[in-house]
Amino acid sequence: MKRLLVLCLLSIGLLAKAQTTGYQIGDVAADFSLKNINGKNVALADMKSAKGYIVIFTCNTCPYAVAYEDRINALNKKYAAQGYPVIAINPNDPGTQPGDSYEKMQQRAKEKGFDFPYLMDPNHVITKKFGASRTPHVFLLEKTGNGNVVQYIGAIDSDTEGNNPDKVKYVEKAIEAIAAGNKPEITTTKAIGCTIKWKKDGA
Amino acid sequence: MITTAIKKHKRALFLAVFVLFAGSVNAQVVNLLKINQLESRMEKGGDTVYVVNFWATWCAPCIAELPHFEKLQVEYRDQPLRVLLVSLDSKSKLEKVVIPFVKRNRLQTEVFLLNESNEQEYIDRISKEWSGALPATLVYNRKKNIRSFYEKEFTYPELEKMYYSSK
Repeated sequence: MKRLLVLCLLSIGLLAKAQTTGYQIGDVAADFSLKNINGKNVALADMKSAKGYIVIFTCNTCPYAVAYEDRINALNKKYAAQGYPVIAINPNDPGTQPGDSYEKMQQRAKEKGFDFPYLMDPNHVITKKFGASRTPHVFLLEKTGNGNVVQYIGAIDSDTEGNNPDKVKYVEKAIEAIAAGNKPEITTTKAIGCTIKWKKDGA
Repeated sequence: MITTAIKKHKRALFLAVFVLFAGSVNAQVVNLLKINQLESRMEKGGDTVYVVNFWATWCAPCIAELPHFEKLQVEYRDQPLRVLLVSLDSKSKLEKVVIPFVKRNRLQTEVFLLNESNEQEYIDRISKEWSGALPATLVYNRKKNIRSFYEKEFTYPELEKMYYSSK
């Protein structure tokens, strides 16, 4: 009996935790205004013609994020014109991870020819709101009359190394689904990635 | 002509000796591991506390905390504690990257490479709480019915404390 009680309490605890750790599928994501590498702030509402947004938490320093840079570029090239631009947000604290400083972000974006916003998130405010936990971590938003609805959370595709011809392109499939007025078949995926480099206490 | 040949041979001999020597000092092996194998080993563990650290050679914070896991195993070698270091490097990196890394760093604890390819399956099997970020650590004690999961980096005192609360 005691064990059962503990189990119940534990389950409630887990449920509560799941509900407070960021956006779930179907939630409306609040807009934000974050500084881009060109010094100007970017908000979702600025992109008036967008039908949705591919929000990607990514960084300079995680080898798995770096492995996806070309594919992130390709996503933007393919889908920005269709109304689904990439918005990259670097969730890492530059004090904890100097390789993710503003200057280093500018440098990396130039080297890789990023043609999408690459935003800073000081103090992880937006990262925590979304509930991003790793890099790279994608949140696909669909613009609706009720706001920007979260339609997909997870990995870009099923193949980090980028050499499996049978890979499942999760983000592309999800965009194709919502563009066709449907719900994505796969709404959440998990993937190995790097932890977010949180600001250290007192820093 | 002859001297160059000797020089060449000398070099080859030196290299051979060096390789043999290096090989015998660090006999650490890295075995492939399926989730089923990990689960069945932990199930059979009785009162053993398993501290399973998931890491990768490309993950800087993982490498930074590896010495803490090594130290934990050494400090408590007389207790029923097993530290298992499970690499999530891709299988193609086993010979060229993971084994050399293990040798170079003279890792003493058991090292494995996870032999699973379906992230959507294995991440949840290890823990529903795991988003996939590294480093991550699973603690299991069959006898006490403890299974806890941490998606974080550990300092040594934190690791020790976590071990004490699980044994």
